[in-house]
Amino acid sequence: MAKLHVSTTINGEPMEFLCEPHESMLDLLRGVLGLTGSKEGCGSGDCGACSITLDDRLVCSCLMLAAEAEGKSIATIEGMAQGERLHPLQQKFLEMAALQCGICTPGVLIAAKSLLERNPDPTESEVRYWLAGNLCRCTGYDKIVRAVLETAAEMRESA
Amino acid sequence: MNVINNKWIGSRTIRPDGADKVTGRASYSSDTNMPGMIWGKVLRSPHAHARIVSVDTSKAEALPGVKAVVTSKDLVEFPLDTAVMLGIQDMRWMSRNVMAREKALFHGHPIAAIAATTEAIAAEACRLIVVEYEILPHVIELEEAIKPDAPILHDFIQFDGKPSNIAGKLEHKLGDVDAGFAGADVIIERSFKTRPVHQGYLEPHSCLVSVSSDGKAVIWSSSQGQFMVRAMTGLLTGLPQSDIRAIPAEIGGGFGGKTIVYLEPVALILAKKSGRPVKMVMTREEVFRASGPTSGSMSTVKIGATKDGKIVAGQGIYYLQAGALPGSPIRGAAGCAFAPYDIPNVQTVGFDVVSNRSKVAAYRAPGAPIGAYAVECVLDEIAEALKMDPLELRLKNAAKQGTKAAHGPVYPVIGFVDTIEAALAHPHYKAPLGKHQGRGVASGFWFNAGGESSAQVNVTEDGNVVVTTGHPDVGGSRAAIANVTAELLGIDHKKVSVLIGDTATIGYSNLTGGSRVLFASAMVVTQSADKVITTLKERAAKIWKIDPEAVTWEDGEARPAGANAGQFPPMTLAQIAAKASETGGPIGAGVQLNTQGAEGGFATHICDVEVDLDLGIVRVLRYTSFQDVGRAVHPAYVEGQMQGGAAQGIGWALSEEYLYDKNGKMDNASFLDYRMPVCSDLPMLDTVMIEVPNPKHPQGVRGVGEVPLVPPLAAISNAVYHALGKRFYSLPMSPPRVLEVLDGV
Amino acid sequence: MTDIRYLAPRTLEEAVGAFAAAAGAARILAGGTDLLVQMRAGSARPGMIIDIKQISEMTSIEETADGGFRIGAAVSGAVMAEHPRFGQVWPGVLEAVNLIGSTQVQGRASAGGNLCNGSPAGDSVPAMIAAGAVVTIQGPNGRRQIPVEAVPAGPGRTTLTPGEILVSFTLPPRPKGSGDAYLRMIPRTEMDIAVVGVGVSLTLENGTVTAARVGLGAVAPTVLLVAGAANALIGSKLDDAAVEAAAAACRAACRPIDDKRGTIVYRIKVAGVLLKRATAIAADRAGKV
Repeated sequence: MAKLHVSTTINGEPMEFLCEPHESMLDLLRGVLGLTGSKEGCGSGDCGACSITLDDRLVCSCLMLAAEAEGKSIATIEGMAQGERLHPLQQKFLEMAALQCGICTPGVLIAAKSLLERNPDPTESEVRYWLAGNLCRCTGYDKIVRAVLETAAEMRESA
Repeated sequence: MNVINNKWIGSRTIRPDGADKVTGRASYSSDTNMPGMIWGKVLRSPHAHARIVSVDTSKAEALPGVKAVVTSKDLVEFPLDTAVMLGIQDMRWMSRNVMAREKALFHGHPIAAIAATTEAIAAEACRLIVVEYEILPHVIELEEAIKPDAPILHDFIQFDGKPSNIAGKLEHKLGDVDAGFAGADVIIERSFKTRPVHQGYLEPHSCLVSVSSDGKAVIWSSSQGQFMVRAMTGLLTGLPQSDIRAIPAEIGGGFGGKTIVYLEPVALILAKKSGRPVKMVMTREEVFRASGPTSGSMSTVKIGATKDGKIVAGQGIYYLQAGALPGSPIRGAAGCAFAPYDIPNVQTVGFDVVSNRSKVAAYRAPGAPIGAYAVECVLDEIAEALKMDPLELRLKNAAKQGTKAAHGPVYPVIGFVDTIEAALAHPHYKAPLGKHQGRGVASGFWFNAGGESSAQVNVTEDGNVVVTTGHPDVGGSRAAIANVTAELLGIDHKKVSVLIGDTATIGYSNLTGGSRVLFASAMVVTQSADKVITTLKERAAKIWKIDPEAVTWEDGEARPAGANAGQFPPMTLAQIAAKASETGGPIGAGVQLNTQGAEGGFATHICDVEVDLDLGIVRVLRYTSFQDVGRAVHPAYVEGQMQGGAAQGIGWALSEEYLYDKNGKMDNASFLDYRMPVCSDLPMLDTVMIEVPNPKHPQGVRGVGEVPLVPPLAAISNAVYHALGKRFYSLPMSPPRVLEVLDGV
Repeated sequence: MTDIRYLAPRTLEEAVGAFAAAAGAARILAGGTDLLVQMRAGSARPGMIIDIKQISEMTSIEETADGGFRIGAAVSGAVMAEHPRFGQVWPGVLEAVNLIGSTQVQGRASAGGNLCNGSPAGDSVPAMIAAGAVVTIQGPNGRRQIPVEAVPAGPGRTTLTPGEILVSFTLPPRPKGSGDAYLRMIPRTEMDIAVVGVGVSLTLENGTVTAARVGLGAVAPTVLLVAGAANALIGSKLDDAAVEAAAAACRAACRPIDDKRGTIVYRIKVAGVLLKRATAIAADRAGKV
């Protein structure tokens, strides 16, 4: 079986690629497109390090076929900052030391952004449950949760 | 220590590697590819214990796309009768862990490896390797492994003159425990069990190795020490270290689990044989089955105290699982167990026990949480028996300056008492508790380490500074080093760039482990910066045509030392740097040192839990850690260490464990069923940093990374007791086990 | 590995045709949160993947004329949660669907996939059984409708015949005074597979239970409809004795195994505990004072 031709949008840019029918979006992003910001921690949807959005819906890219991207819009960590201007969450994570080794950080940021787009004023509990699919082994989540809540507060003020 | 008005030390600066990590640019080991690269895959034993009769790779080699095959014959052989040590690792065991030789010793043990043009072909080729096994009886559990009739893993290991699975014994003694117990009013003796737990780093092991036709190899990998990678790979493959360049990728978590090699020597031989760069990445399942974890344990601890709460004797017997090859952290268990206390009579014994599990690797204060768990739980019972507050009991017996510890040292200035006093005074300790809620406390100690470290501090021509050190940064050490450098040179921290060098670009530096990194690297960076400042003063002196002795360095500027030195406007580092080539050439200095004077770390934790009596679920409601952190050079990352350790401890105490089926196969090799705490499982993790500077360090640094995992097991266990009125002597306190105890089943 | 094909048909007929023609070599792709994991682990090696998400009937939620709901089999949990009325009418079904996996998994996973995966521990299944949902199935021989509880056949197996595709769930209209709830036991707060799951649906009139259904998951080879538990509740005012009798019926229905997720003893005990708790929530939602 020949490879599939897929036309999609990645981080706002039109993109075409060829993929194997069984190839995951994560493998495609990392291997073919060189977008290595999405990480593989498990390959089974249990760690969230490969989080992306598919038509603005948060998903694990390891649990999605690349072929399914046809006609859709995908956003990865590489598209989160606008040029040199970091997204407020990225900036807050730096200021509040909400990362240690950083391997979970791209997935956590994508997930947190998706939360704040739906719920600009989440409670601590809402943040914790929304991020329950993003494992972090370094931080104990404390600074991550604080950074998300603080960013939400600042974004509400400036909105 | 006269750094009272620090500008950068103690400030929460943005980490130098931060922007790359929040934008996805940071390059971890599996993010690197090379032209012509092929993929390596490992064939692993499907048996827990089997003699390898033959390995036939001919069918695999014939598969189109297969470029190279490796078996144990391709690795350097280390005869069983001769130890070859590299640090604490014995290459006899390391080589057999990387590739099984005589026997497959655990399910998942590497038997052979294949490199092929795609990962799928490599995996397919692994299935074509024909291995003839003679299946042997296996033993998984510690209590089974030490029985006289247990299947023996290694015929050459003897204990008490007989073949045994007990591979080693270590004992610490102070005073006379029998005499101590004879003088005790209260004696409590209890036995405990803990299960093996994995470090749980999110980034699987991976590497990329290229070997050129002249035999020189480059290794990109994720490890806690590029020099460890170079040395171990050299030993296991027979290459001289000078032919191996090990480049540290960003590391996605280690916690001790990346202090040894698994893939690098295999990938190197595959690369050498195929003439192609070879990439190997473990799956999560492979990580669980064949890397880490730390030991499971059985222990018995006996403590005696007088009526007034003075502990007069302590004894701890610890059996630790090593996995299939010797080397469990009995030193940490036996050495740290009673180390927080001033006890005249102490005896601790550790036994290293092999069984058919993956070989253990270091995990954050290796052995110490196991040691402390038993001691701190028994102390809770002693306090109860004496009707004493458990923190007051600890305060009364706390080690302080001058205390002689059973494992050897006499403590210099330490802040253990301060952690207990801070806990006693903290609002958490007095906060009301609800129904089915309980509060527990526990303390802990970790040795901390110094050791070899190298640094190079270079002033750039445009007046900025580049610092290179040799320890991979797992938790923000670059941020702390930037603070130290900025403070010493008197420049803005943004002018300081901090890099981790590879084995060819920086001098030997020991592992990122033992909570050594900031202690050791701040020391060599300080000495390097002092040399740079000396040079800067000399250059200013040269420009001013005065004696270098007459120049001082303040706030990032060279200034005449006084009126007698002459009247010159101050020169900044940038101004001096601009004239460097005219005044003597490039400005920079490096120092390489075997650093000494790392002093122990102490912590006290308070934990509140709530128990669902019908379901047996334990939830942590509130957690506060008090720790002597020496000097918090970058407080946010010190807090991060304290929080991360507490979280790992909560997982260890409540939900994490290795489970095996009857065939000796790990039954929960995934993040789904190996239950590390998720975000919604935890409360905020409060931290109280207590700064008692280490007198033997220029900035007062003490290691902070490991001791946070020492107290939690007992703190949580004690909290569950106070919620339920029933003691637990085994971890994890998972819901079925909690109900078993509650229902008396 | 090399001969795999991917199809994304736009009509159900096309999907059924391809699925039947593949004669067992094909797998249906809805959210993919189980299928991709199985493919990666090597436990599924389909020759063809049929993505049903281009078929509008499979991805839409409709309110039926009589006030019930028809949920396409591939509707994700996140889409169900965003429906303005579904969660008000069937809060227990919604919370069950929303307990499947993480937020990320919610963006993809569907009740249809959860049912067809055949896991005894699927979270949505006990709630759907309690709700009295009926599934529509289409195959080479046309359409048929069966109750949800008739779909599971054993771990990883369903009663769907070769070539049949699960199309949708139909949930009945709700009489006044109805409420449902789903509770599961997991060791963590999220990200685990249910050790026990209980779905309860009740209708009350003047405090008396006039209708009840109970679904019980993760305690037998298939998710169970526990008629005995429902019968114990029907006609009662949910007094302690009735609820205890229903709990006992749940415990008696259990045929669990000891495995890495729970022990037999534990599962049986917890089945009764969760029945009581879920009943209380469902009754509260039904308007019991």
